Amino acid sequence: MYLRNLKLSGTSAALGMVAVLLLASCKRETRNFDPSPMGQQKVVMSDLQPGATKPSPERNPVEENATALSDGKRLFSQYNCTGCHANGGGAIGPALMDEKWIYGSEPENIYATIVEGRPNGMPSFRNKISDYQIWELSAYVRSLSGQIRKDVAPGRSDDMNAHPSEQRVERKTPEQSAIPKAAEQP
Amino acid sequence: MIAKRQIAQVESFGRWYFRRARLRWLVLVAALLFLNGCGGFQSVLNPGGPQSEHISRLWWFMLFVSTAVFLLVMISLWLAVNSRTKPTNSSPEKETVGTKGRKGLIVILATGVTVAILFAFMVDSFLVGRGLTAELERKQGLNIEITGHQWWWEVRYQDVDASSIFTTANEIHIPVGVPVTFSLKASDVIHSFWVPNLHGKKDLIPGKISTIWLQADRPGVYRGQCAEYCGHQHAHMALWIFAEPLEQFDAWRRAQIQSAVSPASASEQKGQQVFLSSACVMCHAINGTPAGANFGPNLTHLATRKTIAAATLANDRSHLQQWVDDSQQVKPGNRMPANKLRPEDMQALLDYLQSLK
Repeated sequence: MYLRNLKLSGTSAALGMVAVLLLASCKRETRNFDPSPMGQQKVVMSDLQPGATKPSPERNPVEENATALSDGKRLFSQYNCTGCHANGGGAIGPALMDEKWIYGSEPENIYATIVEGRPNGMPSFRNKISDYQIWELSAYVRSLSGQIRKDVAPGRSDDMNAHPSEQRVERKTPEQSAIPKAAEQP
Repeated sequence: MIAKRQIAQVESFGRWYFRRARLRWLVLVAALLFLNGCGGFQSVLNPGGPQSEHISRLWWFMLFVSTAVFLLVMISLWLAVNSRTKPTNSSPEKETVGTKGRKGLIVILATGVTVAILFAFMVDSFLVGRGLTAELERKQGLNIEITGHQWWWEVRYQDVDASSIFTTANEIHIPVGVPVTFSLKASDVIHSFWVPNLHGKKDLIPGKISTIWLQADRPGVYRGQCAEYCGHQHAHMALWIFAEPLEQFDAWRRAQIQSAVSPASASEQKGQQVFLSSACVMCHAINGTPAGANFGPNLTHLATRKTIAAATLANDRSHLQQWVDDSQQVKPGNRMPANKLRPEDMQALLDYLQSLK
């Protein structure tokens, strides 16, 4: 009797786990049709932000959403991030797929970098890119060095592969990198 | 018991139906309306060019033959059923060799006729297919490049003279009686170009250029639609083809080649500043201004278009405002983010957009 009960509870536990997994996978692919509109982009940081990762109350709302990540991947080339950062390997802008971070690797640091711009070339996209798209881009940039869960990161490219898919990238431990001499304020 | 009652009901309905001439009249009107629906601006049965004439001729041929076959089958069925009801002395055992032979002959004959009809269908559809592709060889005339996007059509008029190339969206003007070559491409997923009044379907496949040739013989407006499921707003991915006399088309083309008009009033100038300093500039181009992104529709001559949002909304001020403000309410999932502008900025932007003749 005891054994049978144990068996039953085991079955229901398994069923429960399957249900939880199913729900989790649903959320992973949720498509938000009514994202936050262009608003006041609040993050304000000094130009001299040295890159220490300050904890911020604002967290990336799309970091666990595969649809948002693949949108971010699309926007990364459509908004011409590739113009300077290439496909993440870096060109006249720094590489995004390595472990070195000049201005912090947390989502809100990347968000601030996009909104505020950074010295020596990174333009400010304040009021040019809507909030949720900046979060999508931040999440995608993090996926380039494997900071995003594998089942959420994009698995394929629409065009020829410039590098292995983000899903296959091993997670690199972020390291603080010095501000390049050229980017220092006089 | 129930079955009997149902039969009685059906019978009484039938009697009532045949008594009521008015109802028959109504049915006739409905049928006429239905046929009228076939003659519209998006219909295979209202051909506007040589290809669609081929296709609709084949369609009518198949319809007539199939109707004749259907009637023949129904008549023979009626005869067969009726002959059973007549009291006869013949029983299956009494069947003579002669009647058996006649039945066999009828079966063989019917099979032969069926094969012949299907063969005729095959030959005719083969000839129609040949006709459609053989005419594709005539490559003189206009060359238009169509790129399918989720969920709109980018239209680029090619020319040997690079300064005469221009880009527009969703509304295609073509001259009447001139063969037009469409080069079809896709930027994201497979779409399908289908203007039923002018031609059949042709898929737009990413990484591949496919070609379709068509010609409009009658001036008119023809509606086309994406015919391959391509995502959430597939149903709202339509296009219009305006077939115009050559002079009218040339005038339109000359106007489209021009850069955008510079803003005249103070409000339009402010609107241009709003356009250039907000999210618009990230995706849209207006020739003659710094806005040069090619991810959204080119807006250089937006005000000359009849519709916006891939022929989803009429191009008027209230729809434009609705679209710019929150297009996700109109076409959920489309690529344009909502833009909550200040009211005065929005009005200035609308003034500017409506000035883009």
